[in-house]
Amino acid sequence: MTRTAVARDGSLFRLGLGVAALAVVALVLGIAFVLVDGSLLSLRAFGFSFWRTQVWDPVARRFGALPFIWGTLYSSFLALLLAAPVALGIAVFLSELSPRLLRQPLTFLTELLAAFPSIVYGLWGMFVLVPVVRKLEVATPGWMRHVPLFSGPPLGVGMLAAALVLAVMVVPFTAAVAREVLKAVPGAQREAAYALGATRWEAIRMALFYGRTGIIGAVMLGLGRALGETMAVTMVIGNNPQVSPSIFAPQYTMASVIANEFTEAADPLHLHALVEIGLVLFLLTIVINALSRLLLWRVGKKEEAPAVPAAAAPVAA
Amino acid sequence: MKATSAVDLRRRAVSRAVEVFCAASVVLALVPLGMILFFVLRQGLPALNGAFFTEMPKPVGEPGGGMANAMVGTLILIGIAALAAVPVGIACGVYLTEYRRARLSTAARFSADVLNGVPSIVIGIFAYQAAVVPFRRFTALAGGLALGVMMLPLIIRTTEELLGLVPPSYREGSLALGATRARAVWTVVLPAALPGIVTGVLVALARVAGETAPLLFTSFNNQFWSTRLDQEIASLTVQVYTYANSPYEDWHRQAWAGATVLIASVLFFSLLSRFATRRLERMHRGTA
Repeated sequence: MTRTAVARDGSLFRLGLGVAALAVVALVLGIAFVLVDGSLLSLRAFGFSFWRTQVWDPVARRFGALPFIWGTLYSSFLALLLAAPVALGIAVFLSELSPRLLRQPLTFLTELLAAFPSIVYGLWGMFVLVPVVRKLEVATPGWMRHVPLFSGPPLGVGMLAAALVLAVMVVPFTAAVAREVLKAVPGAQREAAYALGATRWEAIRMALFYGRTGIIGAVMLGLGRALGETMAVTMVIGNNPQVSPSIFAPQYTMASVIANEFTEAADPLHLHALVEIGLVLFLLTIVINALSRLLLWRVGKKEEAPAVPAAAAPVAA
Repeated sequence: MKATSAVDLRRRAVSRAVEVFCAASVVLALVPLGMILFFVLRQGLPALNGAFFTEMPKPVGEPGGGMANAMVGTLILIGIAALAAVPVGIACGVYLTEYRRARLSTAARFSADVLNGVPSIVIGIFAYQAAVVPFRRFTALAGGLALGVMMLPLIIRTTEELLGLVPPSYREGSLALGATRARAVWTVVLPAALPGIVTGVLVALARVAGETAPLLFTSFNNQFWSTRLDQEIASLTVQVYTYANSPYEDWHRQAWAGATVLIASVLFFSLLSRFATRRLERMHRGTA
């Protein structure tokens, strides 16, 4: 081939592939556009009061999304409170403590949890976990039920069940990323600690401290997942729009209200209000994910950033 | 010097306690895993008979029936998703490895990351606005499109990672023999990574086959037999959701059976990908 033919061949190749790369960028922009375009009515009608008011009444055409954002943030916060220590414990065990023989199978098993469809979590939550939570609530002594945190009738479905299901779903995800972070901590850090006479925990603490930004990134990545989780939460949270501090109370999340009401929203304003909730969920997860990536990237700057496993962990390198 | 002062004892006790906590965490994570597997299999396996795979859903009140239409529906949906996402995803993954530092690569990599983090319900809204509203009806095509969008970042990442595992000497060799860049990629680099990419695609398919939220208002649901792309179509996940929310004992049983099928496919593809990845890693180390 002549030189120009080779050059043409090269630029055609680049062009062809570039179209695909461009399509991916365009897709994200397209999603953003569709979400803004689809929520204009609601954005214009309510402005910021949409996020400050509590009344959600499609019949009266009054839409206040505070209960949903509250439910989403509260359930995700509780889930992380439960999941983060356990996930870190798993990451430490698998990367620092586990006997060699057990490491591979245990890693596989803990990451398997991340691959289960959320509908299966929902089914399990609905028929297995909720009855257990209900028993727990019934068994709660009377004086405790006066505390706002535990008030309300013992229904089973509610914030606690949602937080528990979410925690189970987030643990494998956060654990996998935290393990990658610990792997990226240079061995010299630990050796130095041991050389100074540190106990195992003191050496691990060094490693955790060294990778602290990455560890925070791992937890935030879990947060990003919890915020957007739909099916499992919808099936156990009780779907009642209210702002309540009680973990026994049935509440509602942003993703759940979209799932439940979208097909029934005949009123354009109702539909636009739901899309606006989707828009905010979209922006929220972008910010959280970008932040966590930034933190993870800072840890792995020396090599490649630690590979964040796609939830199914197809190629845990 | 005394070997064990009180401080030393305390430090060791704390260390021991943390080790126990870490081991307990692993056990704690395995409890829900075991519980879910146990309940899904216990409730699902007995309902998993021939009729479940071959029969249509029965009307309310009539026991029996199956999810044949939903299973075919799910296959059609992920088929559409694969047709839409695999070519674009692999091409984009190749671009990212070939032109690592191009500005478009940075943008595309960031977009793929964003896409991976977008909640599936939001992707559902997108597909609704883009593919349901213009035609004024729920369609299999819209559902497949939503699943395709979910697959895309998974395929891009798999492709990029696996191409990175192919030894550089492969491409250098073919370039040295006078191959153009396109030819080197197409005939040497890509085929070397292909088994891994195929597994990655299968895992991604298994994963989106388990999605429910993006289908709720795109492909909707259908109690009847339908393979048409311009009609609403049943899917395993939406059917499980509908049945779980129903008050009927028999439908609950079928929901569990549906969950069993989902879990079984996830298990199968996870194991498959594990073996495929291992082989590629060996190749990367140059021992295969």
